[in-house]
Amino acid sequence: MSDATIIFLQLVIPVAGAVVCLATGRAPRVQRVCGVLGSIAALMAAVLLVARVDDAGVLAAQASGWAAPYGITLVADRLAAGMVLVAALVGLATAVYGLRDVTDGRLPWTFYPLLHFLLLGVQGAFLTGDLFNLYVWFEVMLVASFVLLTLGNGRAQLEGALKYVVLNILASALFLVGAGMLYGKLGTLNMADIAIKLQDPSEVALLHTSGILLLAAFGLKAGIFPLFFWLPASYHTPRVAVSAVFAGLLTKVGVYALIRGYTLFLSGTFEDLRSLLIWTAVATMVVGVLGAAAHFEVRRILSFHIVSQIGYMVLGLALMTPLALAGAVFYIGHHIIVKTNLFFVGGIIEEMRGSGELGRLGGLYRNHPWLAVLFFVPAFSLGGIPPLSGFWAKLAIVEAGLEAEAWVATAFALGVGILTLFSMTKIWMEAFWKADPRGEEAAARTGARKPLAPLVLPAAAFATITVVIGLAGGEMFAYAMRAADQLMDNAIYIRTVLGGLEGGVP
Amino acid sequence: MNLVLALCIGILFTAGIVCLLQRCMMRLVVGLILLGQAANLIVFTGAGLTSGEPALVAEGAKVPPPGAADALPQAMVLTAIVIGFGLTVFALTLLNRARETSGHDDLDAFSETDRI
Repeated sequence: MSDATIIFLQLVIPVAGAVVCLATGRAPRVQRVCGVLGSIAALMAAVLLVARVDDAGVLAAQASGWAAPYGITLVADRLAAGMVLVAALVGLATAVYGLRDVTDGRLPWTFYPLLHFLLLGVQGAFLTGDLFNLYVWFEVMLVASFVLLTLGNGRAQLEGALKYVVLNILASALFLVGAGMLYGKLGTLNMADIAIKLQDPSEVALLHTSGILLLAAFGLKAGIFPLFFWLPASYHTPRVAVSAVFAGLLTKVGVYALIRGYTLFLSGTFEDLRSLLIWTAVATMVVGVLGAAAHFEVRRILSFHIVSQIGYMVLGLALMTPLALAGAVFYIGHHIIVKTNLFFVGGIIEEMRGSGELGRLGGLYRNHPWLAVLFFVPAFSLGGIPPLSGFWAKLAIVEAGLEAEAWVATAFALGVGILTLFSMTKIWMEAFWKADPRGEEAAARTGARKPLAPLVLPAAAFATITVVIGLAGGEMFAYAMRAADQLMDNAIYIRTVLGGLEGGVP
Repeated sequence: MNLVLALCIGILFTAGIVCLLQRCMMRLVVGLILLGQAANLIVFTGAGLTSGEPALVAEGAKVPPPGAADALPQAMVLTAIVIGFGLTVFALTLLNRARETSGHDDLDAFSETDRI
């Protein structure tokens, strides 16, 4: 299989999955099977891509053989390929989780097609090498996410969606203006070509307006301070399967765009923005964790933790050393798995007890020790307890911070880590450890109306992955280091994109 | 022409932001539409305005004549308009549903999901 075919497969499979799911909408069982099979195929293609990219370095595919920078280029470097793999994993887990979580009424009819469209947008955003194309993929992702968010039309859902939709449309407008002005100045939208044109320092001065607009647009999608308000207002309202895939993937696409921007086409403006990025990252961490401390409902607490963890990733980017970038890359991968898993477990708790309010929960450890284990692994990985994956992620960021002598930011990173642990302990104590407020008799009965296997299976698989990443942290971190080396030296990326048509589809 | 369009873009942005900051739901939608149009106009004018020089390749030639309009911003703006149209329709439907379920259209009253 040629390199270009492998890259295009990452997009063709979700499209095919969505179309098949739409076509089989009238036969729910067939549709579910197709939805899950499509996700399995996507995962296999992603594994193939990572294996090929890790050997070859950077792969590029020119759509219809139009040479870059004139055509649309898809590029897979180690970061993009790694993200594609993790996204495909989350897609599969969510498809399985949705088998039981999204069953009532007409919901499943739209859930599976939209899930695949959402993944199409996410994979496209990871793989594109063209700024305007990135905008279009963002919109594909956004429109699918709008409909997923409002599936079911609950009152809280509509209210959350209102905030989500308005702020994200605003971000899209900013993105469009930034990209349009950049094109006006440089006459190109190919990211590699922009990077070359901006090596001429006289051009850089012109870039700042577009740079700031793009920073605001990506930052809003990533949920950095002070642009994150849509996130905790909406993420706890939809179906659990929907919240889980949003929590895992969507903000990370924004972080990915920031990393791609500041290592490639916006690298000329990076030095001027470094301290802004560092302090934004610190504020994001602190505000997110304080928000989590103030809340007493499982999914709301977890939503604020997304914001807080985004701060760590942005801090890794802002330090811009190979170790810091590797830390950020590793952090993204770890975070996607762990956060999706925590939402899965939160959903199982809600399914069993009918509520995620900490005050109404209790006694879960006594009655369902297996659920306690499923929660314990991702929760304490998020808190950074060794040897789970979150420990290595935090360690890399902190070590990079110390190396870069960013003392204050590093101190905040450590402090926020402790507060994260505090808030995970809060859920543990309230939901699992304390006695059930309804009394012993009621606690022994699970409230689950549906068989739990499809809910537990993805959660257990992700908990296993978290432990494996923790134990094989060296291997994973070596990959992140190789990805970071590619990011630090964008010459290979640029040469692969503009250098020739070897990977082009005839 | 440049000045007129620049003023237009400025006015559209200002009006869009003013509308977004109001409490009424309908103004919110109008604000979003105006902002989207402002963004489209920026993209359209970003590569410079040419008048009377369509980006057509003459018979036998390989490239358009020098000074011809750049076709790419036009293609981009078309894409952006279509996307913006879809987003607006969704936003309208959503706001309508939100108004129906909540029974009011005061945006400040939608504070349920932010409550601690």
